[in-house]
Amino acid sequence: MSWGSWSEFSAMGGYGFYVWGSYLVTFGLVAAEIALLALRRRSTLARLRLHASAARDER
Amino acid sequence: MLAALRCVIHRDLLLAARRSSDVMTVLLFFVIVVSLFPLGIGPDPALLRTIAPGVIWVAALLASMLALQRMFASDHSDGTLEQMLLGATPLGMTVAAKVFAHWLVSGLPLVLISPVLALQFDFPQELLGVLTLSLALGTPVLSLIGAIGAALTLGLRGGGALLSLLVLPLYVPVLIIGAGSAEAAAAGIGGQPQLLLLGALLVFAGAFAPWAVAAALRISAE
Amino acid sequence: MGGGGSAAHFGGMNGRQPSSNRGGVLRPRDRSGKLNWFKYSSPQTFFPLAGKLVPWFGALAIAACAAGLYIGFFRAPTDAQQGEAYRIIFIHVPAAWMSMFLYLVMAFWAGLGLAFNTRLSGMMASAIAPTGALFTFLALWTGSFWGKPTWGTWWVWDARLTSELILLFLYFGFMALQAAIDDPRRADKAGAVLALVGVVNIPIIYFSVKWWNTLHQGASVSLTKAPTMATTMLTGMVVMAFGFWFYSIAAVLMRARCIMLERERASDWVVEYAKGPA
Repeated sequence: MSWGSWSEFSAMGGYGFYVWGSYLVTFGLVAAEIALLALRRRSTLARLRLHASAARDER
Repeated sequence: MLAALRCVIHRDLLLAARRSSDVMTVLLFFVIVVSLFPLGIGPDPALLRTIAPGVIWVAALLASMLALQRMFASDHSDGTLEQMLLGATPLGMTVAAKVFAHWLVSGLPLVLISPVLALQFDFPQELLGVLTLSLALGTPVLSLIGAIGAALTLGLRGGGALLSLLVLPLYVPVLIIGAGSAEAAAAGIGGQPQLLLLGALLVFAGAFAPWAVAAALRISAE
Repeated sequence: MGGGGSAAHFGGMNGRQPSSNRGGVLRPRDRSGKLNWFKYSSPQTFFPLAGKLVPWFGALAIAACAAGLYIGFFRAPTDAQQGEAYRIIFIHVPAAWMSMFLYLVMAFWAGLGLAFNTRLSGMMASAIAPTGALFTFLALWTGSFWGKPTWGTWWVWDARLTSELILLFLYFGFMALQAAIDDPRRADKAGAVLALVGVVNIPIIYFSVKWWNTLHQGASVSLTKAPTMATTMLTGMVVMAFGFWFYSIAAVLMRARCIMLERERASDWVVEYAKGPA
């Protein structure tokens, strides 16, 4: 399958909106899931450290 | 053991009779919802005749879902549920008895009034039997499946809406087959396959749902 | 804090495991030298293993998706009937496969947790649900975007799309139930019952929807029945499916790690881990 040019590739035979609408949303949401998980991990660790230092301060 | 089960059913029926407004509200909800559809869609008789089985089935589904929370909530709050968990009768059997009593109070009235509502939609008279039979077979299945949801969400905040979210996807096959029977009969190809399937679903649910409900009750009540 | 006393017995490892316990079931190999799989059945030991696996599966996912997309866009020919629009199949079908597969895996872990009362199994089930829901949504979205140019409408009550929609509701129900229950052990067990009931229902739902669809729509083209599927198209789909599978494993392990940190936050090992370089 050889595409004549980048514009042909992005046009996808007239169906560009549908094809790219699908692919971009798919990989976008996948990236969002990873980003949210990284954020969740960071905030959990930050909260754990906060509690640990608060407990230490109390002692 | 049968005496114990009869006792459970009798107790639930007695409690329901004392609070008969609960029963009436479910029935009235059913009637009102069915009446809403023509108001929203238009009075065209041909259209109403086509959608009658579907509308009645959906309304029955929603009405029976409204009644589900009552199934275990009062027993849970006054400690009877714990007695049932500790009792000698197998919990599955007690649950089956409770679901049966619940159906008698919340499902059977819907079945009995459905022919009247179908006539409102000018549904052919000779097909009323199929519609009523489909509801008679289907509403117990709805009670059995709904009991699982009711047991899982016992005592949780967001109860009613959460219960609906859990239970409606599981109701879908019953709805499709139940409404399908009357629609097939109306199309002239007979609703027997669907009715037989409904019977099979009833047997399947009757055999397995009580144990799922029992497991869920143990999880929720501890 | 609890712990101490007798060495841990496999299965229900409740309570806090003192991190100095090197004996018992946490020993990697038993006396005969056989590998002891139960070593990884506690959050404390599974956590670092999961951490090591995540980058590997991430890399595999990227490689497989790159290969699959290459096949899909540069090797597979244009479809005679649908033109270039059919290329959505390379993410639609793998997403649908993953959505169903992940539900089965989730129900498996949930059932295991219910039967053996293990915390980690319940955590795995909870970790899988959001990723499964994501793939279900993507299957619906891409299905919709495929349907518009080929069938003319954004939504069709096609048997598979409708079943996918109900599967999405099943995932949401599971997540909503777990979110509504404060006690994590009750949430695990309640979710497990729901997931198992759902698993039993999925074939029933699928066949009833399929029957409903054929009765009402008559002869319409099925979305995934591409009459002559060229080998390259099938290869592309399968490679993308592997890519999505590796990605799911990586995402689920990442989420499981977060869940472990949150639920075991009182344990020594979590406190130690949070202190160290993250």
